[in-house]
Amino acid sequence: MMALLEVKDLKVRVEEREILHGLTLTVNEGEVHAIMGPNGSGKSTLSHVIAGKPGYEVTDGQILFKGEDLLEMAPEERAAKGVFLAFQYPVEIPGVATMTFLRTALNAQRKARGESEYSTPDFLKKVREVSKSLNIPQDMLKRGVNVGFSGGEKKRNEVLQMALFEPSLCILDEMDSGLDIDALRIAADGVNALRSPKRAMVVITHYQRLLNYIVPDVVHVMSRGRVVKSGGKELALELEASGYAQFEAA
Amino acid sequence: MNVAVAKTGGGRAVSDLFASAEGRLSASPDVIAARREAFESYERLGLPHRRIEEWKYTDLRALVGEVLPLAAAPDAAALKRASDAVKAHAIEGARKLVLVDGVFAAELSDVKALASEVSLMTLREALQKDPGVLKTVSTDAVIALNAALATDGVVLSIADGAQLSAPVQVVHVATAASVSVFTRSQVKVGKGARATIIESFVAAGAKTYQVNDAVIIAVGDDADVAHIRLMDDAPDAVNITSQFVTVGANTKLNFFNMTSGAAVSRLQGFITLAGEGSELSINGVNLLQKTEHGDTTLVVDHAVPNCVSREIFRAVIDDRAHSVFQGRIIVRPDAQKTDGKMMTRALLLSDEAEADNKPELEIFADDVSCGHGATAGALDDTLLFYLKARGLPEKQAQALLIQAFVGEAIEQIADDGLREHVIGMAERWLERRS
Repeated sequence: MMALLEVKDLKVRVEEREILHGLTLTVNEGEVHAIMGPNGSGKSTLSHVIAGKPGYEVTDGQILFKGEDLLEMAPEERAAKGVFLAFQYPVEIPGVATMTFLRTALNAQRKARGESEYSTPDFLKKVREVSKSLNIPQDMLKRGVNVGFSGGEKKRNEVLQMALFEPSLCILDEMDSGLDIDALRIAADGVNALRSPKRAMVVITHYQRLLNYIVPDVVHVMSRGRVVKSGGKELALELEASGYAQFEAA
Repeated sequence: MNVAVAKTGGGRAVSDLFASAEGRLSASPDVIAARREAFESYERLGLPHRRIEEWKYTDLRALVGEVLPLAAAPDAAALKRASDAVKAHAIEGARKLVLVDGVFAAELSDVKALASEVSLMTLREALQKDPGVLKTVSTDAVIALNAALATDGVVLSIADGAQLSAPVQVVHVATAASVSVFTRSQVKVGKGARATIIESFVAAGAKTYQVNDAVIIAVGDDADVAHIRLMDDAPDAVNITSQFVTVGANTKLNFFNMTSGAAVSRLQGFITLAGEGSELSINGVNLLQKTEHGDTTLVVDHAVPNCVSREIFRAVIDDRAHSVFQGRIIVRPDAQKTDGKMMTRALLLSDEAEADNKPELEIFADDVSCGHGATAGALDDTLLFYLKARGLPEKQAQALLIQAFVGEAIEQIADDGLREHVIGMAERWLERRS
């Protein structure tokens, strides 16, 4: 099995404060990994650094994606290579129609990979298929990106992008935050439909609940900027029963 | 070439400007007298400078320095160049009226295709009957200079009740370098009429020139009028345009301005709501780069009760460019129930870009709803990162956000085709930028 993502002894600072203190994580093709941990353990920092968000200083270690140095790439190059971050809080972009955004993004990625750009009819056909399966109404696609969307709609829009862009690594940052159980089920079904032997997922969550819907192969517990325990899916249930306190001791 | 430069402070060279033009300005002794009076007023004042409050941010003495000699009437070669430029800037379905270097060019214009409810005269023709079109209430020096030297323009009258399906597009084409062009036009819109007027400013090969245009618009009661000004002059040009608008009762007016050219430009609009129950929507976009200076100065005068005015302006400022927005809303003592709002936002794309926003409310009535807002800032990093994380390179991500930013003003244009045309202009500007 090929390692898709290799995070090696990663140390990251934000404004002089070290958040990740030497984090190591390997995700293979086809696997779904869950990263759990209390608030402030560095889960979101890890997802941001993988996606290339500015404001984080990597002081040591490396991140390899398909064997290439991810930290050397601009965020848009990472996206074109197949890294996708589903945001915890997807931004609203007034004045940019969702459809325009989706087409521009997809074609930018294809162009960067040297592939032909989608024609408008082909693109529309693809969007209709995918949005239908995610229960996303067509008029939502005409509105500004995420403008006036409910929490559930915003997350479904993230899953829609995942389905359209067909990344090989999906990082889902707190996908369950702000979702009721029905909204969570729809989003999770969308994610599960995208599971494939060539695609890996990293599901970041505070609660075990999400993992009832997206069942992981591997569960990691993060605390204070490191992975402190890894195990199978049963580890998540253990955590639900015992809490994070056992890992919080210095 | 005889370069008779007019110095700013008055003196011999300035007088030469008028003397050399006099032969072109012909017409009746009344007209000559009115022009001479206007010119003397200009000579006393000189070009506006920063110590004149209204021109504080646009010091023409510093930015322009001198008024170039009057453009000659276009020859056949100039008309040919103009014809190509007019085609390049055509708007589908519009009836074109073309002014080349300040002279009406009938051969390039769709005079015969004008609707029967539209009557057209040139300024030269109109002045033979009545020099009144040279008069405005303003004491502004550039407007006085325009009254003195306006060589031509269109005088349009749209009949009561006319429902014009095709827009009228006045195209100002510059073909000559190192000259100044003075035009003055008048548009009267009758009671209950519906019309769309477009004014385009374009260059046909010319690089360095100065445009001084004045437009006097009078809209009757119950009318519905859109006015779209698209200023796309050459990068080294100067464009000073003054609009005087009076609005009757129960009328809808939709104004839009796009500034995407010229080294130095100013659009100054003086709009008086003179009849009750009217709605004014006045919007615009400044797209500025390099060292361009673009000024939008508006005075909206609520002279009567029960009118609504809305102003939405957006400026995108790159490099060392400088955008100015001055918006004044006056509410006269009788103008109760006035509803006036003004919002201007500037997007600074570089550390050296500059935006000056000066909103002013002068309210003399006590039962009104008026407000203004002004912001200036950079692109939102959070939004940029989201777009980049989805695969858009920096410039493309910026372009998408800039289009959205100006879109808030552009979407006020009601006509789909015109709106798309303006979006296209913004897209081309963005392409030039990257």
